Amino acid sequence: MRNIWIIAKREYNHYFISPIAYVVAFLILLTVGIIFAINVYFFTQNASQMFGQAPDISSVTGAFGFLLVLSIPAITMRLLADEARMGTLELLLTAPVRDFELVAGKWLGGFLFILTILAVTLVYPIILNGLVSPGIDQQLVMSAYLGVILVAASFLALGVGISAVFTNQVAAFFITLSIFVFLWWLIGFPAQVLQGSASEVFRYLDMKTHFYDALNAGSIKLTDLVYFLSLIALGLFTGTTAVEIRRWR
Amino acid sequence: MIQVNGLTKDYGARRAIDNISFDAEQGEIVGFLGPNGAGKTTTMRILTGYMPPSDGTATVAGYDILEESLEVRKRVGYLPETVPLYNDMTALEYLKFMADLRRIPDAEERAYETLEGVNLKERANSYIGTFSKGMRQRIGLAQALIHRPEVLILDEPTIGLDPAQVVEMRNVIREIGKDRTVLLSTHILSEAQQICDRVLIINKGKIVTEDTPENLQARLVGAQRVILRVRGDSDGLGNKISKVKGVRTVEAKSDGSVEFEFGAGEDARPQVAKAIIQAGYELLEMRPVGLSLEEIFLELTRDTAAGKKVS
Repeated sequence: MRNIWIIAKREYNHYFISPIAYVVAFLILLTVGIIFAINVYFFTQNASQMFGQAPDISSVTGAFGFLLVLSIPAITMRLLADEARMGTLELLLTAPVRDFELVAGKWLGGFLFILTILAVTLVYPIILNGLVSPGIDQQLVMSAYLGVILVAASFLALGVGISAVFTNQVAAFFITLSIFVFLWWLIGFPAQVLQGSASEVFRYLDMKTHFYDALNAGSIKLTDLVYFLSLIALGLFTGTTAVEIRRWR
Repeated sequence: MIQVNGLTKDYGARRAIDNISFDAEQGEIVGFLGPNGAGKTTTMRILTGYMPPSDGTATVAGYDILEESLEVRKRVGYLPETVPLYNDMTALEYLKFMADLRRIPDAEERAYETLEGVNLKERANSYIGTFSKGMRQRIGLAQALIHRPEVLILDEPTIGLDPAQVVEMRNVIREIGKDRTVLLSTHILSEAQQICDRVLIINKGKIVTEDTPENLQARLVGAQRVILRVRGDSDGLGNKISKVKGVRTVEAKSDGSVEFEFGAGEDARPQVAKAIIQAGYELLEMRPVGLSLEEIFLELTRDTAAGKKVS
């Protein structure tokens, strides 16, 4: 397990010198900031018409979750592709490190980076708490943040897995993006069209329902947690297997 | 230290190495010599646990490369042909990272020590991206040495270095090879001759021959070649020489000298000398032309059958 941490630490530090990571962080924080500002503006302007309904944090976390669909492919595409290109994959694969530890370390490094960006957005619930009397719904904040964290962790795991399969960065980016778009939007359509249990299956696979309709709305349920944890396991397993297969080629 | 038994690796339909077997003892520097694409890197990658073989077994430092890969990797230092460096890290950070992965206590101290060993201590805090080719090679070697491995595997360690750096690198390798096992690959024959205790010549995935550099040269010089020069006109000289018993081939050179070859153990020189003096030529020079390692190498790698003949 220590190896995972050592690799994650190196990966995490790497983000702070990588331009793409800054672009991602900047775009996420800018967009989320604008959305927050608009929300607060409308709240202060129209407080009387809102029938006591205070703004909540779900607009910030909701936007953050959506932005992850677009930004995580950009940061995971290079995770293993870069190592392969620079020849350092050979270094890591001949060091006393298990394949799983390598993949999990890469994942954890990216996860810590997203958590860092997410930590910056914690100023918004704090500001909101000051604006609203008698304070905002703490449970919703926790649930919504947990939701974003799980979405990020799942996307990162899938992204790492895909980057291990495709060493070409451009291919990894577009395939990751397609899978995210599929999980986030497309898979919801069959759920609406189909009937009965088939519809239920697609509904369960739809990430939006687990995020927007559940965690981001303040409800923490086991089925949603299982969904995200399964995706994390799937991504890391795919990555580990891909690294193993690469050895045998 | 290294025992290799019938190692075979197929890449799809192409057989990269074919039934390779050899041993390397502690304190021995073994050179892998062969043209590009002979299978040197593949063999090394299998021994370092980077990829599994298609067939055959090998043990490194007493551990099976397939069953106990992690144990092998703990005990092997490996410098791949493409030096695996993170350009965005400083030399010290990089070595500390590797030391951490290898569970070395006092990683920072060990990183400094190792940097000193490869003469890079004053560049400890420079980014690797700014390093010259020679420095990159040295930091790559430092990475392979940081855990003081029992076995060191170096893939083309001197490639791309300038002559002074080559000498320096060879000295470092010789020093390490005193008490540890070193397996290195090269396609430069004189290098193998200079630093290796033993040379394995590999071609098209097979070990063609294996011996000490000295023996190899002696053994392979089965036929001796002699160059002969006379004063004045050398017309008909070749004819005379070819009639002497034991002479295999005669070749008249454009500069008037004649080169001839005789088999080992049937030294024809006295007879040749006698014959040409009796024929009235004035003998100026007769000297052996050693078959260089380059020629031996070409001879051996031209086709594997030629290698079988000498071994």
